[in-house]
Amino acid sequence: MTAQPTVIKAPGEKAAEQPGGAGRTGKRDGRRSEGMALNVFSHGFLVVWAIMIVLPLIWLALGAFKTDAQIGGSALSWPSNWHFDAFGRAWTKGIGGYFANTLIVLVFSVPLTMLFGSMAAYVLARYPFTGNRLIYYFFVSGAMFPVFLALVPLFFMVKRFDMLNTYQGLILVYVAYSMPFTVFFMHSFFRTLPTAIHEAAVIDGASDTRIFFQVMLPMAKPGLISVGIFNILGQWNQYILPAVLMQPQTSADPERYMLTQGLIQLQYQMGYETDLPVLFAGATIAMVPMLVVYLSFQRQIQAGLTSATLK
Amino acid sequence: MSHVAQGRGKYGFIAGFLFAPLALYLTFVIWPYVQTFGYSFTNWTGQSPTFDFVGTDNYAALLKDEVFRGALWHNLLLLVFVPLVTILLALFFAFMVNAGGRGGAGGVQGVGGSRFYKVVYFFPQVLSLAILSVLFGAIYRSDEGGLLNGFLTGLGLIDANHPVEWLNEPNLVLWCLLLVVVWHGVGFYLVLFSAAMQSVPKDIYEAALLDGAGRAQTFFKVTLPLLWDSVQTSAVYLGIAAMDMFVLVSTMTSGQFGGGPDHHSEVMSTVLMRNFLYFGKSGYACAMGVVMLALTMILSVITLRATRRERIEF
Repeated sequence: MTAQPTVIKAPGEKAAEQPGGAGRTGKRDGRRSEGMALNVFSHGFLVVWAIMIVLPLIWLALGAFKTDAQIGGSALSWPSNWHFDAFGRAWTKGIGGYFANTLIVLVFSVPLTMLFGSMAAYVLARYPFTGNRLIYYFFVSGAMFPVFLALVPLFFMVKRFDMLNTYQGLILVYVAYSMPFTVFFMHSFFRTLPTAIHEAAVIDGASDTRIFFQVMLPMAKPGLISVGIFNILGQWNQYILPAVLMQPQTSADPERYMLTQGLIQLQYQMGYETDLPVLFAGATIAMVPMLVVYLSFQRQIQAGLTSATLK
Repeated sequence: MSHVAQGRGKYGFIAGFLFAPLALYLTFVIWPYVQTFGYSFTNWTGQSPTFDFVGTDNYAALLKDEVFRGALWHNLLLLVFVPLVTILLALFFAFMVNAGGRGGAGGVQGVGGSRFYKVVYFFPQVLSLAILSVLFGAIYRSDEGGLLNGFLTGLGLIDANHPVEWLNEPNLVLWCLLLVVVWHGVGFYLVLFSAAMQSVPKDIYEAALLDGAGRAQTFFKVTLPLLWDSVQTSAVYLGIAAMDMFVLVSTMTSGQFGGGPDHHSEVMSTVLMRNFLYFGKSGYACAMGVVMLALTMILSVITLRATRRERIEF
């Protein structure tokens, strides 16, 4: 912590007046008024875009409280009642199940992604051996290719393993497709860790495996958190892979739709059944956890994403 | 312990750590990528275990396929406009947030609440495309219940009896989708450009101000050249996103896997999926995948070359 108190500005609050802002020469004043005009100008544009982001989201959530007739009638109407029953119906109409499916997959796929990604990245970052660069580029190049390039053979590959519409199939595929980014990110992270600690651990007689799990991984925690959140968001929001791999193969097969897939399913279904509040409630249920995760970790998310993209 | 034994132990460790990640990655990512090339020269349906080698027939058929050519054209349009609009808006907002505040003794500074803007603008980025599809499906509704139509009728700009059929209007549908992508992306690139702007030493700005440079000049002569690397990277990323578009098009527009009305919003990925899962033309779909890859590669190279500048170190 720094000794100097930090002034936290409330959202939307104007910038505090600069100390010594008053009593300047004419030329300075000219620049100041230009700055002032610009401040109003920039705030204007910024506020408009902020409204364009927030308003639709609030409007969507409000839709869950409206009646079907109200939704079709006028977009700008206020909900006439504040019953939460559309949320209940959305949950029982499938969102609850889709939510659970997504959780089941992510509980395994995210830790596995982190473990395998870190292991590969660690070895590639800190052990020079023949073929090191080749394997690294092999891993990283995957991020460049469109997923559509792999889709058709991937489907038949998973089918051959008898893992279509199974959790374990999707888990393995998620882990594999998260490798490029995870390896890339953790690789640059492990490179920054000091070698002296590694040497000290070797002198103490720790094995390579032990050094990795007990020294290096704990030191890489900030990186792991960033890339972990990124993987959670990415896998939670994935649509194309489950859309191809998680379709019931026979009528006896249970529906194991992921949340994104289920939401689209709900969209079709509710279009026929004309129960739009349920759809809006479903979308809100899907939206809120992500916003909560984001707001709690927004610093790490923004920092992690930018550093990963800019490197 | 001899060096040899130590060395062998090291290699054992390396192999042990690489085995599982590499095996998974090769099986589910690399091998399917490679297979696609092979299948693209066959008439494989995906159903039957047998198929014939048909040479470049699939590629020849692609050239004649009106729907695919239309889709390709739409992808190219998006490829130009998605990066252009998103980057311009993001740069504008990033400059406002970081340097749009009052000038004066503090020199260049961001507007008040810049943190707040960065948090809010980033919201769409954490929402899944499925949520976006539901949200914008509702916004673009073709009756008064749609947010856009409701808003425009409220302002008296359009007749309540003849609302705009946003997603069913052949000439509008693609631009409606473009707006969704831009709405989704601006926040992320704003944050990206902000980070880049903040890594520029403050004294460069101060020197420019002292030399009498205005805001516009500062932006074009100082900020933009220093940000060029990030702009380039962003253009490539957005180009890759514009090549995909599958989720939005397939869920928001009419038709089997979207593309409607009458193929006016068709993109390569939706044509590919329809041929694969609906028409059972797996070999043909693979050929489309290869074309998508080729275009992605070509366009990345073009973007990087066309926007190449002298790198500025600071």
